[in-house]
Amino acid sequence: MDIDDKTVDYVAKLARLNLDEQEVMDLRGDLSQIVGYVAKLRELDTSNVAQTAHVLPLKNVFREDMVKSSMNRKVVLANTEHKQDGFFVVPKIFE
Amino acid sequence: MELYEYGMNELIAMLKKGEISSVMLTKSLIDHIEEKDKDIGAFLYIDREGALKAADKADKERKEGSDKPLLGIPVAIKDNICTKGTKTTCASRMLENFIPPYDATVVERLKEAGAVIVGKTNMDEFAMGSSTENSAFKKTVNPWDYGKVPGGSSGGSAASVAAYEVPAALGSDTGGSIRQPASFCGAVGLKPTYGRISRYGLVAFASSLDQIGTFGRNAQDIALIMNAISGHDDHDFTSAPGKEVYDPDDIKGGVRGLKIGLPKEYFGEGVNSEVKDSIYAAVKQLEERGAEVEEMSLPYSEYALAAYYIISSAEASSNLARYDGIRYGHRAEKYEDLIDLYACSRSEGFGKEVKRRIMLGTFVLSSGYYDAYYKKALEVRTLIKNDFDKAFEKYDVLMSPTAPTTAFGFGEKSDPLEMYLADILTVPINIAGLPSISVPCGLAGGLPVGLQIIGRPFEEKTLLKGTYMIQEITGKLRPEVR
Repeated sequence: MDIDDKTVDYVAKLARLNLDEQEVMDLRGDLSQIVGYVAKLRELDTSNVAQTAHVLPLKNVFREDMVKSSMNRKVVLANTEHKQDGFFVVPKIFE
Repeated sequence: MELYEYGMNELIAMLKKGEISSVMLTKSLIDHIEEKDKDIGAFLYIDREGALKAADKADKERKEGSDKPLLGIPVAIKDNICTKGTKTTCASRMLENFIPPYDATVVERLKEAGAVIVGKTNMDEFAMGSSTENSAFKKTVNPWDYGKVPGGSSGGSAASVAAYEVPAALGSDTGGSIRQPASFCGAVGLKPTYGRISRYGLVAFASSLDQIGTFGRNAQDIALIMNAISGHDDHDFTSAPGKEVYDPDDIKGGVRGLKIGLPKEYFGEGVNSEVKDSIYAAVKQLEERGAEVEEMSLPYSEYALAAYYIISSAEASSNLARYDGIRYGHRAEKYEDLIDLYACSRSEGFGKEVKRRIMLGTFVLSSGYYDAYYKKALEVRTLIKNDFDKAFEKYDVLMSPTAPTTAFGFGEKSDPLEMYLADILTVPINIAGLPSISVPCGLAGGLPVGLQIIGRPFEEKTLLKGTYMIQEITGKLRPEVR
């Protein structure tokens, strides 16, 4: 399958990536090749096969709904320089 | 003999007898690492101060009568496993300055067992790669031949153990990232059953495939580490209930009556003939010691790699969506608005391969392609899992080469698909969630060959038995001291 520049741009937008011209060109080639390879799965008829999203036979793992202490606010904010009054600072969203 | 040459088992005995102290051991090992690692480049970060403090504490505890199983034993940790207060970068610019506020469960458990963490090891960025060439920070070489890659993504951990820098190191394995570098470097590397070990604190790549495991130089040392880190964890709802005890003496039972299947698809055209010969020779030795060997088939094997790259990339694109530059990780300085801040931070922070996987994953999950790729891959996953289920009705273990070749050269696989093919014999096991180990079984062209043993879910013990026997036969392989 050939992936065109338009598709690369669209997917990059979904993935929140800014790509320069060279990257778009490289990815167009790489993705066409990889998607071409994985399309191999079409050889198989799986119309009667169930999906496996997860290998363990675990379901509905419950725990008691108990209040526990959460991480200290200072610790949570320790990995950014962009903080003020105990909050993360982000660009303005509303004018 | 120097201290760094001993295995964990022996070091534990020496510490117990009081022949050495942990401070003495840790100091000697770190001195050795600092020298040796100038060539190898296995470590991103060595924590001399923290390690010596932990070693001193271990010595004091021992005087007070503590007999914690790993008391005073130095180990290394792959840099995608969170260590409280110590950088955890995933070898990515994105997390260059990230200091986790908590320990991963495995790190916590190693500390509880008394282990001393000496540092964090190099890897492919976000564990995406098969050669450790995708690290944003440094190059790690293969201890056997400095012109060859150590494999990946846990290349630093594998090289550190193979180069006798540390007796054991933790890694993670999503599609072969423990077993393939173990094979390339001549170390033993175990990927346990999915769910056997908590993933809490492992930076997520593909959550339904990721599993933490360990490198060591022998089966007993692997058993000791497994004892410390495995078992259910409330922080990880996908961790399996209960806890298994791995007795290092229990794995010496031999292989009489062990039913071994050799999947013929794993000995196909793409597999180097010297590698195959080495595997067949080891298997023959097991047969002579009473194992029952038979060729068999896993018919859907050829579809595993395609299913793997769809599933793992899809999960990666979703997991890596968390890196937005806001709470932690790289934040761009120039941007237009909030959305642009996300995009700029991500574009600056992620390397080429990570972007490629995010793009592929986003593509296969996008509207219009979801059914054809992602849903299809989950169906094929069922077929692959069924293959194994059926095989294990008849065989106790399956054996194959771990990788199609021995270690390749730097820059040799510049084409992404060609690099992905390095994992062709390891990814099916992650798809099925099975335990699997790579054990060095010989040399081909002067480089180590890894034999892969695949077992039933939660039967890591059987794999360790096989590993022990193979090492008894082949002797321990060690890179020439240079």
